[in-house]
Amino acid sequence: MEVALFIPCYIDQFYPHVGKATLELLEKLGCNVTYPMDQTCCGQPMANSGFERDTEGTTRQFLETFKGFDYIVAPSGSCVLHIKEHQPKMDDLSEVQKEVQSKIFELSEFLTDVLKVGTIKGSFPHRIGFHSSCHGQRGLRLSSSSELNETPFSKAMDLFAGIEDLEVVNLTRKDECCGFGGTFAVSEEALSVQMGKDRLSDHLEHQVEIICGGDTSCLMHLQGIAERTNKPVKFMHLAEILNQAIS
Amino acid sequence: MSHPSQAANFLKDEKRAHWHDETLWFVREKRDLASKNIPEWEELRNLASGIKNHVLSKLDVYLEELEEKATANGIKVHWAKDAKEHNEIVLSILKEKKCKAIVKSKSILTEECHLNPFLEQHGVEVVDTDLGERIVQFLNQPPSHIVLPAIHLKKGDISEIFHEKLHTQKGNEDPVYLTHAARQHLRDKFMAAKVAVTGVNFAIPETGEFVVCTNEGNADMGVHLADVHIACMGIEKIIPRRADLGIFLRLLARSATGQSITNYNSHFRSPAPGKEIHLILVDNGRTNQLAREKFKNSLKCIRCGACMNTCPIYRRSGGYSYGSTVPGPIGSILSPGIDVKKYSTLPFASTLCGSCSDVCPVKINIHEQLYEWRQEITKAQGWTAKGMSMKMANGIFKSPLAYKISGKLLRSTLKTLPNSVIYNPLNTWGKNRDLPAVPKESFKEWYQKNRS
Amino acid sequence: MVSKKQIMSSKELILSSIKKLSQEEQPLPAVPSFDESENTLETFQQSVKNNKGTIISELELVDLVNSGAYPKVYSGSRLIPDLKTFELPEKGTDLNDLDLAIIDGQLGVAENAAIWLEDENLGLRAVPFITQHLVIVLEKSKLVGNMHEAYSLIGSHYSGFGVFIAGPSKTADIEQSLVIGAHGAKSLRVVLV
Repeated sequence: MEVALFIPCYIDQFYPHVGKATLELLEKLGCNVTYPMDQTCCGQPMANSGFERDTEGTTRQFLETFKGFDYIVAPSGSCVLHIKEHQPKMDDLSEVQKEVQSKIFELSEFLTDVLKVGTIKGSFPHRIGFHSSCHGQRGLRLSSSSELNETPFSKAMDLFAGIEDLEVVNLTRKDECCGFGGTFAVSEEALSVQMGKDRLSDHLEHQVEIICGGDTSCLMHLQGIAERTNKPVKFMHLAEILNQAIS
Repeated sequence: MSHPSQAANFLKDEKRAHWHDETLWFVREKRDLASKNIPEWEELRNLASGIKNHVLSKLDVYLEELEEKATANGIKVHWAKDAKEHNEIVLSILKEKKCKAIVKSKSILTEECHLNPFLEQHGVEVVDTDLGERIVQFLNQPPSHIVLPAIHLKKGDISEIFHEKLHTQKGNEDPVYLTHAARQHLRDKFMAAKVAVTGVNFAIPETGEFVVCTNEGNADMGVHLADVHIACMGIEKIIPRRADLGIFLRLLARSATGQSITNYNSHFRSPAPGKEIHLILVDNGRTNQLAREKFKNSLKCIRCGACMNTCPIYRRSGGYSYGSTVPGPIGSILSPGIDVKKYSTLPFASTLCGSCSDVCPVKINIHEQLYEWRQEITKAQGWTAKGMSMKMANGIFKSPLAYKISGKLLRSTLKTLPNSVIYNPLNTWGKNRDLPAVPKESFKEWYQKNRS
Repeated sequence: MVSKKQIMSSKELILSSIKKLSQEEQPLPAVPSFDESENTLETFQQSVKNNKGTIISELELVDLVNSGAYPKVYSGSRLIPDLKTFELPEKGTDLNDLDLAIIDGQLGVAENAAIWLEDENLGLRAVPFITQHLVIVLEKSKLVGNMHEAYSLIGSHYSGFGVFIAGPSKTADIEQSLVIGAHGAKSLRVVLV
């Protein structure tokens, strides 16, 4: 199975270790992983700012780079959601676009639904809080949302279930937004920071050592606030924990 | 004023903002409990959405049927193309009845039409009878929430204004004491009013009746004691059959406050002997919204307010930060349809977290419409991506650290993105947040060295 | 001669702007009945409590009426006849001193304690709202599980006014504190017969 690795631009620049963990994890699970060198940004920041129409170049580049693989996997729910739902329609590449949109997966979704690994076996003796990114949760439906009357589920928790000594706390507000929101983080700075502080408090009140999530953008925002206010908590992407834990 | 600056103001009093957030979250939690007691909840949402989609697709037919049946029932039906005409219709009825004072129960439509100031200019005293609305009316404020009009006020604030207006004991903040003082005060108003105005929750063409829901009983106190009942409704309030009320009444109160039903659900079909009912059907921009394919289903809204209670932005910025009659997520997709320039910042007052869409009892895809409005607004406002990033670039040069990082970014992979819109305004980012440490090499650089 | 080009009325304007959209008609879903609660009586009683109402017996009602605590009592009940009452006035406003009203309900809904009343039960529409305290008498056999069943029983039966009442008048407009007795009846007692 040939898997193309899509590493979102901010992970590439600021969190290369998340990219490495994703790559190593997929390889440990038997995938033949390629990182196409011509990849750039997915265009989400532009589109969410109201300039979807100006992302045709980015989209064309993305489609050309990622066509032809069996699967495309990214350690970000947010960017995957953008590719699936908010790319401008490319008339001359409509077949390629349809194919790419159906073959791209967020990491936990890929492990659960495509590789069907069930759970990851290993050990990770820590107490963590899991931050569900909204785009992953309500966009890609990676876990049940508290608003809906549905049987609770979580792809990340399924993956964690087989990891020994890993303790995941029950947050008071299990799926409230952290306030990152892309450009929202700067255009509504005061609100964004307040939302982040509140989210952080929920985790800290439950004495977590590590805040884990499937979207580095949310974690970057929460970590930025935690560091500014000297909060004793670490941040790790889902891929890092799984990659460290796996035996 | 834009939403960001209003929100920043609201957040200055951090303790109060926190209280506001917790208070509304409490309502959201009650709603969760109530909805989870109904095994068929999601099916009810699907049905409600389907029924509303159907109504919107043949709204003209249903409006005519409603008029015909209601008229046959003895209700006088009026049509108003806009707020001005609506207000004039109300005033003309009052003039005909030589009425100088009215009681009014909660109606977001009359807020939208600014009926109160219009009537007051024409010498009519308007008394809002919903407790929350009466409180904000004393303070000359509009409601800050469509279901909980005074949710932004603390009991101390209310005690003070009641002391001034109703001569209650100074410093007595007991909600029971204050509510009963309002009960006495408003009872006198009910006894004296010849005309009562209400909103409409649902109108049924099948039977020619309309339904008004309250917990306090203020709508009924008003209309049954007055000689004339004027009911004002947006043309989207229709549901086809009486049986459909079963679905909507199960959804409405549970979504709004977590109650299993509102206390009083009154079905008005014919006036009582010797009395009159007037029903005003108001467009005021609704047919324009109906013509917008991407946004028309915002008209499915039943005004339960659940999207406000769940919205992490609304809870932390308050209803007034939106500057529109209907605040919160639903307001942010309705308001730009009324005035795209005035409300241009509202669709951006969201992280697109999607909670509003999941909580909505009629399944309006609110967050997706927020995204779509952003696309429309940048076009309508003539904003360009280049202009935006230039503005942001201006910001970066003020901060050497930001410059260093963005320089690294610009040198890197973002070739086809017209500069980076998101990562440039780093000095704003850094006001209350640290920047991530800049690693020695990017993932791409590492991969090139180690893997290719 | 009347000019052919007349100004459109608002009605015509609104209807024509909808018609010109030539929308494709969306299907109207049928309303299923859904499963009703198994123990309708128990569920109804619990719902009354949840809504801050109380259930009392017929005997307790008679005691209540005779206790003298409520100087002015109106009863329109046929289910419990011969209760103290008086002839209703013409105007609702003349009932401002009404202390207790006793009326019959037509059916009760277990899931939310909503009780359906029509003009014929009320005498005057103002009665259940203006009275300080309200008693609704309801036959146990008239309990249904949910709102769907309620509406299918009500059908399109004509009454100029109909209302579901589910509890005493209440508000939470002051800091979300629940207060009973906003404008309407300060208490609701339900007698099941």
